[in-house]
Amino acid sequence: MKKLLRQFFDNMEPKARKNKYLYTTFQAFHTFLFVPNHVTRNGSHIRDGMDIKRLMVHVVIAMQLALLFGMYNIGHWHYAAYGEYTGLAEGIIPKFLFGFFQLLPVIIVAHAVGLGIEFFFAANRGGEVEEGFLVTGMLIPLIMPPDLPLWMTALATAFAVILAKEAFGGTGQNILNVALASRVFVFFAYPTFISGDTCWITWDTNILHRLFGLGAKVAEYGPESSAVVQGFSGATPLGLAASGLQTGEKTLQGLDAITHQFSWWEMFFGFIPGSVGETSAFLIILGAVLLLVTRIASWRIMLSMFAGAVFVGLVFNFMGLNPFLQIPWYYQLVMGSFFFAMAFMATDPVTAAHTNQGKIVYGFMIGVMGMIIRVLNPAYPEGWMLAILLMNVFAPTFDHIFIQKNIKKRLARG
Amino acid sequence: MFGSMVKSTGGHSAAISPVLRLSSFAIILANSTSLFAQNADNASGNLSQSTIVGLIVLVLAILTYGVLVFGDRLLQVSIKEIALEKGKPAEEIQKKYSLVPPLIPHREKELRKVISIKKGFDVYIKGRAEKKIRELKSASYAVKPIDFPGISPIPKLLVKEGDHVKAGDQLFFDRHRPDIKYVAPVSGEVAQIIRGEKRKVEEVVILADNKLEYRDFGKADPKSLSRKAIVEKLIESGTWPFLVQRPYGIVPNPADEPKMIYISAFNTAPLAPDYDFIMQGQDALFQKGIDVLNQLCAGKVHIGLNAKKTHASVFTGVEGATFHWFEGPHPTGNSGIQIHHIDPIKKDEVVWTIKPLDVLTIGRLFEEGRYNAERVVALAGCEVKEPQYYRTIQGASIENMVKENLLNDHVRYISGDVYTGKKIEANGHIGFSDDLVTVILEGDQYEIFGWLLPSYPRPSVSPTFLSYFFQGEELEVNTNMHGEERPFVVTGLYEQLLPIDTYPLHLFKAILTEDFERMEGLGIYELLEEDVALCEFACPSKSPLQKIMRQGLDMVREG
Repeated sequence: MKKLLRQFFDNMEPKARKNKYLYTTFQAFHTFLFVPNHVTRNGSHIRDGMDIKRLMVHVVIAMQLALLFGMYNIGHWHYAAYGEYTGLAEGIIPKFLFGFFQLLPVIIVAHAVGLGIEFFFAANRGGEVEEGFLVTGMLIPLIMPPDLPLWMTALATAFAVILAKEAFGGTGQNILNVALASRVFVFFAYPTFISGDTCWITWDTNILHRLFGLGAKVAEYGPESSAVVQGFSGATPLGLAASGLQTGEKTLQGLDAITHQFSWWEMFFGFIPGSVGETSAFLIILGAVLLLVTRIASWRIMLSMFAGAVFVGLVFNFMGLNPFLQIPWYYQLVMGSFFFAMAFMATDPVTAAHTNQGKIVYGFMIGVMGMIIRVLNPAYPEGWMLAILLMNVFAPTFDHIFIQKNIKKRLARG
Repeated sequence: MFGSMVKSTGGHSAAISPVLRLSSFAIILANSTSLFAQNADNASGNLSQSTIVGLIVLVLAILTYGVLVFGDRLLQVSIKEIALEKGKPAEEIQKKYSLVPPLIPHREKELRKVISIKKGFDVYIKGRAEKKIRELKSASYAVKPIDFPGISPIPKLLVKEGDHVKAGDQLFFDRHRPDIKYVAPVSGEVAQIIRGEKRKVEEVVILADNKLEYRDFGKADPKSLSRKAIVEKLIESGTWPFLVQRPYGIVPNPADEPKMIYISAFNTAPLAPDYDFIMQGQDALFQKGIDVLNQLCAGKVHIGLNAKKTHASVFTGVEGATFHWFEGPHPTGNSGIQIHHIDPIKKDEVVWTIKPLDVLTIGRLFEEGRYNAERVVALAGCEVKEPQYYRTIQGASIENMVKENLLNDHVRYISGDVYTGKKIEANGHIGFSDDLVTVILEGDQYEIFGWLLPSYPRPSVSPTFLSYFFQGEELEVNTNMHGEERPFVVTGLYEQLLPIDTYPLHLFKAILTEDFERMEGLGIYELLEEDVALCEFACPSKSPLQKIMRQGLDMVREG
């Protein structure tokens, strides 16, 4: 098998060299299958077995549990919205398959658009396609609403890759987090598709669902019909906290609204509506542990972000000025996308601060800003996207402070 | 005898014996469980029964302990008597045959200050040189200008092919620094002057005479010479280039006053030779070399030693030098790292470093009055059948070393260690200051899905490889890049591998962006390529860090 593949690539190579786009594509697939036979030419004669591809693949692996659960979760909320399989353990397989077929086109579109653009730019630059997009391509489906129109996903990916990444020089040179840039695009360009109570439920079925006979009996009710199950609210805990819950005569606010619908454990394990990857704090934490053990993600960023969020949560609890502020800090952590942002977004090494001390300040400020934006600002339901992008811009400043300190110390010596 | 027993137990009674503690705990436990298991009626009866049992256990424990201690003292005393008869040291044997371990462990008071270095990483490669020395006969010897950083690529040659030279005769000089002489290590005919691209001189190869002739530089006692005379002798004999100046890593300027002259007595690079083994018995020569260095830089000769090792007297018995003790992973053995922890190099300061075997050669120069370039080098590596030490002369060809001594044909020969050494051919020559030849597999094969599922164990600082959890295990290594060159992605890695108080990533970026102030401020004066070689090994982006470092150093030196 290996010999056949090698023969194939060896034969293809001279033909591929004729066109730079063809060659870049050829090289991308070639290096995906084979670690090249290049040996060290100068400097150290031996090199570590770790390379960027391996680094990226481990991040993708860390996301898989959240991804798989997200597929089930999409299915669960789709069925539950129409009153079918309302129990968590009912119909696991149709739910999972529903979510799988819902996500598959998104993953394919995100990868195809993103990689296509990357191939184009890499060929023009005369370099090789870099593996950074393996992670971004997997993150984008995880942070979008599950039934976002595919053309919107494609547009958002294109925007993010071109303006937030390639314009700066590609992998390793971007200032802003690429996946977040795509979400920010959808948020500001098509706000109704990404905010509100109904956007996190998948109402429709797509071709693949119909092909395999999945999906609730939508035909009878019609999508987004008000004849949908009474008392069903597609609101996420964050939405409930922000706008309260109508139960008959009363309007519940803050913690009461949340606990009326969900328990803390449900929120922790992820049985809540939300974007695909963000709901299950538990599975994300498992992924984060993998990243920490393999020393791929920085524990400093994770810990300081956690500390910042908890700190502000406690301050808000102490202030207690409105029901939203009164929500205990441990509820704040499992609502929304805190853990996802902490494990996969904030820890992106290229856009975070580079110095160890800078990382602590960076993470802490993200924790603080994210909570403030979420709780105090009525315009933004969730704060992590903006907090991380803001801190991406500040990260070089934090580094600068510590580097200047080191330089001054050294010059003072001499 | 009883008197001595009382004396010994007197000290022990101060602390409660663990046996006592255990038995009293057992009693309390026995009592409490019996209490819980009671019926109220039978309370008193069962209580006294378990107390009696507990007391008996306690008494037995004390008796056993007493017997053991008594027996131990008898044993110790008789060992001492026998040892005195035989004239051997008693303490070690006493410690070995003690029945009862000491209650308060006897801590050796640390008499010396050990600098413990936490950052770094050790890679263990198969094929460490065995501690035996074999004579190596080589037909040819070479001097390579590339071994001297900063030299102009086309040095001015004083010999041409066919000339006959004596050991110590000058071969070439750098036209930018004409006072520094580079000499022949052996006598013989200049067989070949190998040139590279753009007429740069790569090697001056000498075919050695059967009986070597030496140029006479005159024996001398270094303590009786002035600094000027010593400098003259070193330069004249061609041994001046043994000294390496920090910053920049170039041959030092004799007119400079260095802050110190530093020698690291141990090398932590993979498969590095053991200097204590090589230099055993050469105490006098090494001392002479130290005396020479002391004249160059009065009272400022420093030697770095490995705290985890018992060094031979050749190092520990030196007079006129200050010792520093270090322990830690590679690159703890590097002079640059050690200097940073003692007295970091500031702007406009210079430090001269020299390797132990080179000090030996200088000692030999003053002892014998000639440039005797013989040295013991190690041949090591995973592809060597019999890795061992060879007694040979600087610049020797490795042909006879590796002939029929390899496990594989497709290998890479390296003069030096795997991080900083230079690639040579199968009939290539050992570098000027090198004391190690490494032979590893050339890794030019494709590996299917190698980045996801490695097909063979490889060294790595990353916990994503199983080999990370089996550190200390010797590995086979090859020269495969294991990936492609990428921009800097990972952060925080270099900081774990470079025990210098700086921000290595930003230093490299400062070099790439030619930011002189930042380069200086981040400590480029303190570093050479060898210090960042481990970072280069570990970098997942396969960045050419040593090349970048050299660029930076040259930029600052010229700029």
